[in-house]
Amino acid sequence: MARPKIARKSTSIDMTAMCDVAFLLLSFFILTTKFKPSEAVPVNTPNSVASKIAPEKDVIMLSLNKDGKVFLSTGDGAADKANKKEIISTLNSSKNLGLSDADINALVKAPFIGVALSQLGQQARIPTEQMTGEALPGIPCKDTSNNELTDWMRAVATVYAGQKPNLLLKGDNVAKYPTFKNVLTAFRKNGFFKFQMVTNPESVPQGSDLWKKGTADAGKKTE
Amino acid sequence: MAEMDTSGGGGHKKGPGVKKGKKMSTRVDLTPMVDLGFLLITFFIFTTTMSQPTAMKLALPDDSAKPEEQNKAKASGALTILLGKDNHVFYYEGILQADASGTNFKSTNFKDIRDVIIHKKQTTDTSDMVVVIKPNDESTYKNVIDILDEMSINVIGRYALVDITPDEDQLIKITEQSAGQ
Repeated sequence: MARPKIARKSTSIDMTAMCDVAFLLLSFFILTTKFKPSEAVPVNTPNSVASKIAPEKDVIMLSLNKDGKVFLSTGDGAADKANKKEIISTLNSSKNLGLSDADINALVKAPFIGVALSQLGQQARIPTEQMTGEALPGIPCKDTSNNELTDWMRAVATVYAGQKPNLLLKGDNVAKYPTFKNVLTAFRKNGFFKFQMVTNPESVPQGSDLWKKGTADAGKKTE
Repeated sequence: MAEMDTSGGGGHKKGPGVKKGKKMSTRVDLTPMVDLGFLLITFFIFTTTMSQPTAMKLALPDDSAKPEEQNKAKASGALTILLGKDNHVFYYEGILQADASGTNFKSTNFKDIRDVIIHKKQTTDTSDMVVVIKPNDESTYKNVIDILDEMSINVIGRYALVDITPDEDQLIKITEQSAGQ
């Protein structure tokens, strides 16, 4: 019997369509990605049910790392950087730190401030790559008599006179409570009574009062 | 010029100078390009942070307020939560009694504290209800956030973060020691 001839088909597939899809997805991900700013101070934040997204403008961020060191940083916007410069200049004149303009500019560029006021000049001179949470001692706020964080917050209050900065506190899971308390003291002394703590989102436990409230609100909205 | 030979080496050679431009296929093998595309996609998927950090608000009481202006908590509606080391939680209702006749100082953990708060909330008047949170020096930042979170989970309107008294700190230490043995 003569077998019918099976046409020999080419095994190569037209890749054009697949390539289109691949690059479409690629461009989507490139455009939507916002790179996490490289954190010089690694902090593992705790979880909370708070659903409000942390603000990004007018931010004064205090990071508490796992060793209980405190670091101060600001937002990345141009206005925030200008305010940071103002803050450092204010401290420079009020505390007679003797920082040059170059030093101040270097500190503004630095990702965070992590030394005592007297050592600010030294931090300005070390390269940015070497500024890490381990290398720098943190802003001293261990005891109430030498709480330099209070001075920083006073400068912040002076610069932001009339407007409200978004005070953010980003603490590590294992940071001890006394450090947190000292930060609170620094806030309180300068009349900052409202601040926000950066956390990772977490779902509300089912059956709790907040959950009931949330479902009731959602029900109202749909009606 | 850049040309691509897709004929797979077949065909006989012509002499030099003799060009046969007609047979050139315009199809390019796109497989490496797709490979590269998906490699980059994978990279971007993995590096994208999906969750934005959230922020929880905390309002502090004004220290400079005069003592007579500060509101006193009713003993019947007060629940004091103490945070110790290693995620230990202690609590008492009303005023601390820790004499030989009996104590209302109880030990618990972060899982069970919610039931304690809910029970307290159900048994007391909402206007009297106040939770006092006292972390000791051994407790961590996470503990404080967890307990503040517990307040918002259970919709507690009035709560305060207060410094621990030496007596209470001592009591926590004693309880922790006896639990450890």
